[in-house]
Amino acid sequence: MGYLKGFLVSFAQQGKRRRVTTSYPEEKRAKPVRLHGRHVLNRYEDGMEKCIGCELCAGVCPARCIYVRGKDNDPDAPNSPGERFGFVYEINYLRCIHCDMCVEACPTEAITESKLFEFSFTNRTDAIYTRNELLVDEETGRPQQLPWEDWRDGEDLVTSQWMRATSPGGDADYEGRVAWQAERGYGVRAPEADQDTKDALETEPAFVHTEVRPDKAQEIFAASSREPRPWTPGDAVVDTDADRRRAEGDRRIAPGEQVVDE
Amino acid sequence: MILGADPLYADGHVGLVVVLFVVVKTIITFALLLVAVMLMIWFERKIIGDLQNRIGPNRAGPFGLLQTLADGVKLMIKEDIIPNRADRLMYRLAPYLVLLPAFLTFAVVPLSGNFAAGTDGVVKIFGHHTRLQLVDPPIGMLFVLAMGSIAVYGVLLAGWASGSKYPLLSGVRASAQMVSYEAALGLSVATVFLVTGHLTTSGIVSAQYTWSWNLWVTGLVPFIVFFVASLAEHARPPFDIIEAEQELTGGFNTEYSSFRFAIFYLAEFMNAITLSAIVVTLFLGGPNGWYPPGPEWIWGLVWFFGKLIALLYVLVWIRGTLPRLRYDQLMDLGWKLLIPLSLGWLLLLAAVRIGDDRNWNLFIVVPIVIAAMVVVGGLLAAAIRVGRSDRALAEVFE
Repeated sequence: MGYLKGFLVSFAQQGKRRRVTTSYPEEKRAKPVRLHGRHVLNRYEDGMEKCIGCELCAGVCPARCIYVRGKDNDPDAPNSPGERFGFVYEINYLRCIHCDMCVEACPTEAITESKLFEFSFTNRTDAIYTRNELLVDEETGRPQQLPWEDWRDGEDLVTSQWMRATSPGGDADYEGRVAWQAERGYGVRAPEADQDTKDALETEPAFVHTEVRPDKAQEIFAASSREPRPWTPGDAVVDTDADRRRAEGDRRIAPGEQVVDE
Repeated sequence: MILGADPLYADGHVGLVVVLFVVVKTIITFALLLVAVMLMIWFERKIIGDLQNRIGPNRAGPFGLLQTLADGVKLMIKEDIIPNRADRLMYRLAPYLVLLPAFLTFAVVPLSGNFAAGTDGVVKIFGHHTRLQLVDPPIGMLFVLAMGSIAVYGVLLAGWASGSKYPLLSGVRASAQMVSYEAALGLSVATVFLVTGHLTTSGIVSAQYTWSWNLWVTGLVPFIVFFVASLAEHARPPFDIIEAEQELTGGFNTEYSSFRFAIFYLAEFMNAITLSAIVVTLFLGGPNGWYPPGPEWIWGLVWFFGKLIALLYVLVWIRGTLPRLRYDQLMDLGWKLLIPLSLGWLLLLAAVRIGDDRNWNLFIVVPIVIAAMVVVGGLLAAAIRVGRSDRALAEVFE
């Protein structure tokens, strides 16, 4: 009676407390670590803007939603440590497709994406975020909360995870290695944990999370096997040791093992 | 006279009170059915949500009870579109052709009444004898079968009149499906006629007083055949190939919007209720059951709706469990299993009945009939097998 067995399966589902539904506005699932949300413009630890107004992001943007104009810094009161800074920086969120090409293109890690996607504006002017709106707070380094944005607790802490989750060039050898600079308010952020650590942390599939867990992502980052260390020029650009080991047939570098940078 | 059997007209004098009686009964039946449909939609969505680890509607009103109302209001204020290539008259007519039979079928179902020996379901209200059902035509179940066939026209015309290919395909499927299952439906109802000796719904119900329900009197098989065939007849899942979303976008109602779509939606769930009500009437004894002391008609209502809700739950359960049948599987099930089965069972019951009348020894009659059925069934299976291998062979030669 194979047909009737199925009836018992569906019958047994009734009254179970575990539900795949989340009652959305009241409860939210933890967002995926690499979710692409609205952008932020980052600052160095001394409060200087990272953006140098090079317009690479605008050039690479497939939706053509970024408009940048650079301007020479005032030598007495510079906005950025370089020669120029982003004088005008506008992103039109009616056009942005959150592909993160701008983040990849940016030479100074000035633009990254937060995980905020729950924002609804009521006119087109609001949809165009200006430089002043995109810049992170000068003191705390957290993104600004505009009136039509729905940030939850702790969500504004994570603004550059995509970058920190992705190894340069998609190379698995760069897993867990710091290849980025310090940020205002956070210092050098920890890399994402390696796959085994993440698997161990994810004890149940993501779809059964019913309560909000903004700390989940942080937990994954904090569990990284490597100590965050300050970024120095030349870091994580060429990794001869990894090349050698790959040549020997070793696809992985063991967690915690020191890799010599050139 | 088609309405002749109601004791309300028994004295031949149709006065104002009698007319008023009929009007009030009509309104009550219609309102009851509409409210029941509203609750059924909520019930179905809640239960199927529970079966699928979801929550179901929970926003509009307490426990989402008013969700149907909200959906209805939303549909009313939507734009009503008639496609350019539609046949305008038929396009407009079709929803009502689906809705009306659903309601008319419910009109002949005895909702309650006193079915003790001799009383035949008649109760006395304000000095008038009447049945607790809207009408009780002498043709009874034939009327139900006729209405079921008319509903096919609604679906077929909706599909054809839309002037669009998916609805047309859906209409073609609907006609084929419903014609195929009509035979099994009729044959299993025939067993009920055979056992109870009545065509009228009230007669069928009073023949089942108190516990001689047709469910076991006819031996379970006609019940299953009738239930499955009416699922198919009313295109309930898993037989809903006429609105197979993956293949036909929405089926016959693809081009419909606004109020006309709401009518189709309403009719679909109304059909679910009426088909359950008919099954309750035919096989589950209608309002019959064990009555605690008190007015019989109240306990009759309780029993009737209790059985109805249990059956509706089974409908939802089936929907939440079984995947949709493929077109050829549907046809196979109808023609090669249900029709031979119900036909054989009808013959068996007829043989038993004749043997009973003539004082034959049933221990001889039944084995002979069963043996005959096994032989015929074996022949049928052999024919199916030969046909299948021929087809396979033909494919090889191609």
